[in-house]
This record gives sequence, C-alpha cells and structure tokens, in this order.
Amino acid sequence: MEQSNQDRLLKPSKQVGIVGYGAYIPRYRLPASEVARIWAGGAGGVPIVEKAVPGIDEDVITMSIEAARNALARASIDPSEIRAVWVGSESHPYSVKPSSTVVAEAIGATPHTLAADWEFACKAGTEAIQAAIGFVGSGMARFALAIGMDTAQGRPGDALEYTTGAGGAAIILGPSDESLAHFEGSYSYATDTPDFWRRADEKYPEHGERFTGEPAYFKHVLTAAKELMSLTNTGPEDYAHVIFHQPNVKFPQRAGRMLGFADEQLEAGLLVSVIGNTYAGSPLVGLASVLDIAEPGQRLLLVSYGSGAGSDAFSLSVTDRLVEAREKAPSTQDYIGRRTEVDYATYARYRGKLTLS
Amino acid sequence: MEVSRHWRLKKQRYALQGEVCPHCSVKIFPPRDICPDCGLDARTPFQFSGRGEVYSFTTVRDAPEGHSEQVPYTVALVRLEEGPLVTAQLTDLDQQDVEIGLPVEMVTRKLRSDGERGMLVYGYKFRPLLRPAA
Repeated sequence: MEQSNQDRLLKPSKQVGIVGYGAYIPRYRLPASEVARIWAGGAGGVPIVEKAVPGIDEDVITMSIEAARNALARASIDPSEIRAVWVGSESHPYSVKPSSTVVAEAIGATPHTLAADWEFACKAGTEAIQAAIGFVGSGMARFALAIGMDTAQGRPGDALEYTTGAGGAAIILGPSDESLAHFEGSYSYATDTPDFWRRADEKYPEHGERFTGEPAYFKHVLTAAKELMSLTNTGPEDYAHVIFHQPNVKFPQRAGRMLGFADEQLEAGLLVSVIGNTYAGSPLVGLASVLDIAEPGQRLLLVSYGSGAGSDAFSLSVTDRLVEAREKAPSTQDYIGRRTEVDYATYARYRGKLTLS
Repeated sequence: MEVSRHWRLKKQRYALQGEVCPHCSVKIFPPRDICPDCGLDARTPFQFSGRGEVYSFTTVRDAPEGHSEQVPYTVALVRLEEGPLVTAQLTDLDQQDVEIGLPVEMVTRKLRSDGERGMLVYGYKFRPLLRPAA
C-alpha cells in the first residue's frame, strides 16, 4: 500500500524549474471600509484593508502581458522559444476567443506555440503550472509560460465584494539547470464539491456561504499539503515559506496553523489584505512575492485552491540564480507600493457597474 | 467593424514593433517599408524598447466614438528613445501632472471595444515609469 501511494507524487522524467517569474497588480485600491460605507452603513468589521482595482483600460489580457514581460525579463530568453502560453483565469475578456493568443502575440511567442486558456475557478493558474511541468519535463518543450491572472467578480453588496481584487503573475518553466527554483515534486487533489460557481453568461458568482470552509477550502488545501509533504518526506519545518490560496486572511492562516506552520512562514506570500483575493492570480502572485525575497537553498511550498473543487501543491527549492534574476524586473512590492486610493463611485465606474443606457 | 485592419496592425500595436533601415540604421515607427530618411527599402523588423519621454500633450474631454468611456484622458506625442515620435494615450496617471519631458514607458492596454458585441482592441499606451531610473 505504501509503495502504490508513491505514484501519487507528480514528478516528470526530466527535472523542471522556474526560469522566470513576473507579477502584476494594477494601480487602484478600494479600501474595504468603502464597501462597508456603502453597504453596511459603515458598521461592522472588514476582512481586509484594501483590494487592487484594475484601471478602465485593463483586463486579464493586458495584465497578463505585463506580468509575462516581467517574467521574460528575468528569464532572459528569446520569447520565440516558448512552446506554450497558458493563461488561467475566471475573467477571460471573451467567452470565445482566447486570451492566450493576444498575450503570445504581444510578447513575441507566436506562431510556433500552443496557446490556451485554462479555467478552474481560483486554481486555473496552478493547473497551467502543473501541465507546464509535464510539457517541459517530458522533453516536448524547452520553455512553457503559465499565467494566473484575474479581475475578480463579486456582486455589489455581497460579502465577496470586500475582497475581490485584481492581479496575478506569470511563470516561465524550463530546464532545472537554468532555473531560479526547481520543482521537487507536485500533487493534485480534486473532488466534485459545489462551494462556489458562476453559470455561463452570469456576471457574478454564487457561493455556498459556510460550505466554502470545511468541506471545500480546508479539506482540499490541507489534504494536498499533507499528501505532498508525506510523498516528499518533508514537514512544515523544512519550508522557509509557504503560500496558500488566499480568499481572505483567516483561511490561509488557519490552514497554516492546522498543518503546523508558524505564521512567519506565511508572511512573505500573504498579500490578500493589501491586494484582495485575486482568484486565479492569488497563489501565483503570492509565489512571486516570495521569490522576490527567498534565499538560495530555501524550500517553498505552494498550495492553490479552486472551487468546485481542487488543490494543486508544489514543493520548490530555490537556486543561486534567483538572486541576480529578480533584479531584472519590478518586484511585487513595487506594484503594491504604487497605489492610488479610489472611492466606491470611481470603483463602480472602473468596474463597469454603472448602467449607461 | 475593421477586423482586418486591427489584425494587420497587431504587431506594431501590441508591442511597438517597427522597422530599422538596413542602409542608414534609422529606426522607423510606424513601419512603412521605405526609409523616411534615405528613401531606400527598409523592411527589417525592429523591436522598440518602449521607453521615451513626453514631447507634448493635451487632455481630451470630448472623445470620439468608442473612447468616451475613458474621458477625460491625456494624449501625448512621445519621443521614443530610438528616435521616432509616436502619438498615444497616457495611462495610470493618477492625479500626477504631466509635463513635457516626463519619462514614460510603453504598456499594452485596451484601446477600445467595438460596442458590446464587437472585438476588443488592444494596443500601446504610455505611463510614467513604474520604477524611476536610479
């Protein structure tokens, strides 16, 4: 039995790593107190400080392009060598017409590439990473680009509106010996769990209230983290940093404590209180933030969560090359520090919540 | 609807891809296949860095069709580092004052949408430097 479990560890035949990464977070910020002012008479607690809001000329395509350019700057590779451009999001601007072809064209990866869009609620970005590990690890491709990016939707007045933010990151995967951090192993876990959904053609998602906690987020995140640590013979003490999907501050903190991590291990990758829940962007932008400060030799644990539901978990080990590469593009903190506060009315205009005709 | 035109211009619009004259090395944007300097054939693709500075600017408050949702917005003539002068919208300005000489960098943004059902058009805009040069 012990033997057969080891099959669950996802490990490619060739070693794969991250050769470039880049974050993007838009400039505008809506303080959660503004949502409370409009919808709760200013009363009650708020789950985060503020969330990032995209400008009127931004969407998942434009944000992905900037993140991808940052990742390319760090990777220092020719974009025409990228054989896959994969964009994971819940907010693709078109229902039919890929985001990925525009991104691929803009960064110079066309035409000899597999462009595709991924969807799985908030884990669309990490499943693109998981697939890219296979793509590169099998030897089919030398480089693959995986992006998780969102302009998250939340119904006006809904609890989600406090946290639905915008942002994400792009990760270029390539041969381990050229990498800034290499994948030691990964694991995926999925069940049919109806905690959150958005029907076709609906603008805002529905969520299962308290059902989003125990049977959904915690079951999948905790299982994925435990399984991966067991399969790689590691424990919480082996990881310098851990990044969880972060729909709010409490869920990842609680998951971390339940798994035996100290709060400090989550700190560098926990951005939700200042940028909001960036859906498919959330685990990737957390990873980008950690890569901005991680030291060679350190081990990182990344665990995503997507409603519906599933988690992908990755164990990464940082190499010497990271230190030099990270200076070649703006850091995640550069984007977080660039902030312009907006009020609810401006937010409503930027996010298309006003009916003009 | 000008689908074919948007498609034809995508390289220059998404990424500021122009041309370089193989005879006199002048950098050309937008691409026009003939060197405006020496008049000879110039078809070699050239990727502009996207860096430049504001040469002049104005603020648009009464926008043409397809751009009205973004008013007021600032349009600038940007002198690219490599030489050419490009007309483009400035973005991410906040309340920052624009002035002649302001260093800017290219970003790819949504230029317009052809109504609710038409295509989304993406292209270059410029913004103040995210990370001012040290």
